[in-house]
Amino acid sequence: MAELVDAFRSAFGLIVGLDPDLLEIVFLSLRVSLLALVPAILIGVPLGASVAIARFPGRRPLVALLNLGMALPPVVVGLLVYLVLSRSGPLGRLGLLFTPSALVVGQTVLVTPLVAALSRQVLEDHWTEYRETLRSLGARRGRAVATLIFEARHSLGTVLLAGFGRAITEVGVAIIVGGNINHVTRIMTTAIALQTSRGDLPLALGLGIVLLAVSLAVNALALLAQEAVRRAEA
Amino acid sequence: MPRPERAPPGGILPLRLENLVVELAGTRALSGVSVELSAGPCSVIVGPNGGGKSTLLRVYHGLVPASSGRVRWCGPAAAEAPRRQAMVLQRPVLLRRRVAANVAYPLRVRGVPADARRARVAAILEQAKLLPLARRAARSLSVGEQQRVALARAWAVEPEVLWLDEPASALDPGATRALEETIRRIRASGTKIAMTTHDLGQARRLADEILLLHHGQLLERTPSDEFFERPRSEEGRAFLKGELLA
Repeated sequence: MAELVDAFRSAFGLIVGLDPDLLEIVFLSLRVSLLALVPAILIGVPLGASVAIARFPGRRPLVALLNLGMALPPVVVGLLVYLVLSRSGPLGRLGLLFTPSALVVGQTVLVTPLVAALSRQVLEDHWTEYRETLRSLGARRGRAVATLIFEARHSLGTVLLAGFGRAITEVGVAIIVGGNINHVTRIMTTAIALQTSRGDLPLALGLGIVLLAVSLAVNALALLAQEAVRRAEA
Repeated sequence: MPRPERAPPGGILPLRLENLVVELAGTRALSGVSVELSAGPCSVIVGPNGGGKSTLLRVYHGLVPASSGRVRWCGPAAAEAPRRQAMVLQRPVLLRRRVAANVAYPLRVRGVPADARRARVAAILEQAKLLPLARRAARSLSVGEQQRVALARAWAVEPEVLWLDEPASALDPGATRALEETIRRIRASGTKIAMTTHDLGQARRLADEILLLHHGQLLERTPSDEFFERPRSEEGRAFLKGELLA
């Protein structure tokens, strides 16, 4: 018990003292996950919108596939991305493996299906409500999709939070394609795993507390932003 | 109802339905309806619920395809029919933005330049007596105000034909009066109005002609004054007496 208390005390010391190693890991984690979210949004939201609106043969299996993508095991995604980025893989020449870019690619692959599947669900619900009105107002397919995304912006904000949460808390992809290299690809989750296995509980705990705090802070900020937008719109 | 100030030159009307049949989810909603709508008179479609009134308007507006039969715009500008008509649905969906932005939306869709759009929106809001609400969030308005915004949004594109599906079904008398006032203004600007209602008082106030629809069939089409004096069909007489039509 005393050991645990000591570990907590040391962890808070690292946080309060703004330990440089800790800060480096935290900022790299944030940078990677936020960067991964950008392509995930740019691909996932329009993909979800297209599937929500379009009716075509094979749509149901595609929806099932998208939903399946939400449950992709990170280690499997990590393995696939590793094979693609490794020296003998199709993108091996880019030399991305074990760099922060590989982390971004891996997390993008992990998060995009989640964003697409949740966006599809949100936008399909909106489409039911808006379809006749938008057609009646003369909106063609592209305009209707853009309008729908704008109308669903509050719900989509929650989808993005879910995507960010998935990215910043995953560990399997980061270990496999990043290699957990100190000062290069070490992010919060991989550092926690490593320090725990090494028995360095203060740093592991400190990182765990920061990870929780970051997740809570991002969610709180997003909620505040949504509220502010709602108030401004009212 | 006042006659329009102008008749649309080179318009899309008349609109002719020929033996129209519509089946929705295996149920026959319209059975062999043949009728021609021309510019001018305000056509009010009445009849019991489930009689096919809303389906008929949706077919007119192109939201529901005909299962068989023909829908033909016969005016010289028939090819422009999709752009020169507008509709207000029974439960209109306002966009999550300000009132002015809602009214501007169909103009933006039609590629109206920003300056012309702003001027048109201001003019429409003024005529619909909605200017004080221009900067309010559309969805925060009362049901009656939302209905008037939807009407103004449809009017913004200067439609030659405006379809109104039960426009006052959820409104109290005050809101209904304001809405009907706006409908009269739209009519006076030269737009053909065709609407459904099961409020006979409203039909009497607004209609030039009545179309009675029951079980998906057009039972009669009669000038409004005549319909309320001497309906031609047995069902029309029963409907006016408030009897339940079988």
